[in-house]
Amino acid sequence: MNKYTIIGKSKEKIDSLSLATGCSRFVEDFEVKNPLYLAFLYSPHAHAEILDIDDQDVRNITGVLDVFHYQNVKPVLHTTAGQGFPEPSPYDTVLFDKKVRYVGDRVAVVAAESLAIAADATKLIKVDYKILEPLFDPEKAMQKGAPILHGKERYTPIPVKYEPEHNLAAEVEIGFGNMKNGEAEADFIIDETYHAHYGSHCAIEPHAALSFFDEMGRLVIICTTQVPFHVRRIVSRVLEYPLAKIRVIKPRIGGGFGSKQEVFLEPVAALATIRHKRPAKIVLSRKEVFQSSRTRHPIRVRLRTGVKSNGEITFLEMDSLLNSGAYGTHALTVLSNNGAKVLPLFNKIKNLHFIGRSVYTNLPVGGAYRGYGATQGYFALNQQLDIITRKLDIDLLDYIKKNHIREGETSQVFKALGEGTEGVIQHINSCKLDECIDLGAKEIGWYEKRDQRLSDGDKVRGVGVSVAMQGSGIPLVDMAAAYMKMNDDGSFNLDIGATDIGTGSDTVLAQIAAEVLGVSLNKMIVLSSDTDRTPFDVGAYASSTTYISGAAVKKCAEKIKEQILSVAAKILKSEKNELYLAEGKVIDSKQNTELGLAEVAIHSLYTKDQFQIQANASHVAEQSPPPFIAQFAEVEVDKKTGKVRIIKFVSAVDCGQAINPKLAEGQIEGAAVNGICYALIEQYKFSSSGNLLNKSFRDYKIWTAADLPEFKTFIVESHEKSGPFGAKSVGEIGINGPMPAIANAIYDAVGIRLFEAPFTPEKVYREMKRAGKV
Amino acid sequence: MEGVFTVNRKNRKFTFTPDERLLFTLRENGYTEVKTGCQEGECGACLILLDDKPVNSCQVLTASAIGKNIKTVKGIGDLHSPHIVQRAFVETGAVQCGFCTPGMIIATYALLRDNPDPSEEEIKNALDGNLCRCTGYVKIIEAVQLAAERIKNGELE
Repeated sequence: MNKYTIIGKSKEKIDSLSLATGCSRFVEDFEVKNPLYLAFLYSPHAHAEILDIDDQDVRNITGVLDVFHYQNVKPVLHTTAGQGFPEPSPYDTVLFDKKVRYVGDRVAVVAAESLAIAADATKLIKVDYKILEPLFDPEKAMQKGAPILHGKERYTPIPVKYEPEHNLAAEVEIGFGNMKNGEAEADFIIDETYHAHYGSHCAIEPHAALSFFDEMGRLVIICTTQVPFHVRRIVSRVLEYPLAKIRVIKPRIGGGFGSKQEVFLEPVAALATIRHKRPAKIVLSRKEVFQSSRTRHPIRVRLRTGVKSNGEITFLEMDSLLNSGAYGTHALTVLSNNGAKVLPLFNKIKNLHFIGRSVYTNLPVGGAYRGYGATQGYFALNQQLDIITRKLDIDLLDYIKKNHIREGETSQVFKALGEGTEGVIQHINSCKLDECIDLGAKEIGWYEKRDQRLSDGDKVRGVGVSVAMQGSGIPLVDMAAAYMKMNDDGSFNLDIGATDIGTGSDTVLAQIAAEVLGVSLNKMIVLSSDTDRTPFDVGAYASSTTYISGAAVKKCAEKIKEQILSVAAKILKSEKNELYLAEGKVIDSKQNTELGLAEVAIHSLYTKDQFQIQANASHVAEQSPPPFIAQFAEVEVDKKTGKVRIIKFVSAVDCGQAINPKLAEGQIEGAAVNGICYALIEQYKFSSSGNLLNKSFRDYKIWTAADLPEFKTFIVESHEKSGPFGAKSVGEIGINGPMPAIANAIYDAVGIRLFEAPFTPEKVYREMKRAGKV
Repeated sequence: MEGVFTVNRKNRKFTFTPDERLLFTLRENGYTEVKTGCQEGECGACLILLDDKPVNSCQVLTASAIGKNIKTVKGIGDLHSPHIVQRAFVETGAVQCGFCTPGMIIATYALLRDNPDPSEEEIKNALDGNLCRCTGYVKIIEAVQLAAERIKNGELE
């Protein structure tokens, strides 16, 4: 089917047998002798000043070694967001503060000989709080007289708008055309407001960090991270400890989805190790993960669109309010992506205005989460399109096809808005969204089922669709590097900073190198994400690994290939340009001779003009080519109970050349199910005092296998000429579609429009009742 | 307290406190293939076979398991001679991060032992106690079907 031998083949994930037999080690599985166990004391108040902490009784407990809090740890302003440097997130965090800003905020940490002693000891710390008025409603955050969370000493390391005195964590605004003209041209205006809610990543492995001094006195941190190099840099900053003395290792990681792009445990473990010259260990409980790690940012999106009777959108105004919670991690960039990854899809709109604000509230902290603002934005856009086409009485699929961005086209949004700052001009090289729509429509039975309201007693069925794009890394910002060397037997070490968190990137990157070198996958020995042993990579985020790290690996392998061919040309007495690599051999097609790669390796290492065949390469992308997706839901709404059941869910994605189709499907399937759960059942429930009530899997449900409906995923291959072997990204995009597709399907079934998720039975029933549908 | 347990066919003596959970005891004694996901019996990452029955080891008092037969994912098959179920998980792409995988494989092993030809519905119900956030379960269900198929065809376990 394709011209490749390894690219496009569903090779077994190289670490999967080790994982399936329980051999692979995750952070908690590393044995450290005699560690200090660390337990946290969290704030019971949403907003309070700490007047005093009395830890004397605790320090007298046998087995307690230390208690860390604001009185004994130097406050260094930083952000926990593991992003490039300087980070686009505000420096509004210190390890231990004199103020707490949400229920679950960190107050103190006890270091003890056992976890039980540490945990019990936290309860005996006496904290004198001065309770402050809390701020829970993001809509009121910037009003006069609102409680202010952060002081004026907070700042952003890049020059962007930031006003802690108004609870403003970030603001972005772009526009082009003339909104007044757009309004004048419109035959009607649709003005609706959509609410996307809090969510937890629910990686099954909780966050953990281990730290210890190695035999050379260097500080080693083994941690559940998506960003090992950012961990090293941020720990160095926060603890004012030399970066050269820190080594960060990422072992196997039990899922991330953005949650482990935060550097909030590593500095604490390292602090304990530095102070006591002993290993230290932190493993969060599930309750702590829910409450005190990071969440999906809730975003309220107001969309105003002017439409002509022929369907042309004359203007679009998007007004987004992001609830950042107590700290501003990713507050600017998620907000930017809320527009930047959504608005270019409908690139024919001439008059456009996007204003977004991120505000602080006394609620749990938002962070990176698969989809990264686009998920929240597409919830609004896709429902708005459904509303528009229903008003015009035209087919939604035809309408999307007529209006979406196409190959060769651009959008002014690309240049106007990047991740926090200005973006990069780019033209679309590859877009097979129409094919995705057609395949998905056929699979779901769109034309047979749409508007049919097929019913069985109280149960009515409907179908809905959504479309989305994402990006592939952050152009001109994200850098990835790779190093390779050749061994005696023609195998290769591939050392990469890229961070496999369960996605299969070690496998995908090895496939890229193996393809270039014409060897089987088992000739690649992969080492990834060790700040001492591997070259730099920004880490696993922004859908960047296949596209950016993959390009670095391809470049690196091509350099190796050149060296192999040079050596082989001498041995074979061939013209180098007559040689090619295939099946583990160098082949001279003209002379009809060949040479095994082991012979090349032996020659270069031992025989004549000896040298190590080795290379390194770095890659920074100039653009961020979007993958595209169409997702379809068929639902059944029970009019008696309001319960929404998914009958079938279909995704069709254009991710360029899928390097490993099975792994690509797995990304879409996992993201889609996550998105469906977010749409139907996941939510944070707070008490009136801001306490998260459902911080366990018992009360915060996600689907199990038993909930899975009929599921179909298509990979629609295109060729992205800027990507390695034509690849684009696939990691995030699949989470964008479920919520709007299901909302649109619910409308199709029972005629109610759900502007606020999740679509719980009580909410659906209430809306049906309100609309007179039951 | 002290007690002898049979873990993966070997007799082991463990020391533990009266209120200690079996998950903790096993991990402390090197059985780190038993994973800690929630410690509340909800996620299934710590699933083991206790006298052949699948149980969440975080919900079992170690003292109550004295003398019993414990099997972890490593007791089913290893890197050098994996079990059919483990191979099936690898081949179908059912392993992403792999953190839920030991529990999933225990649940699958127990299912196929009792019901070698399960329907899709029976597979889904058998895995109902195991959470996975990476795969969306699609390929995990395929893995169980593949393993069942191979067992049915008489391929050796």
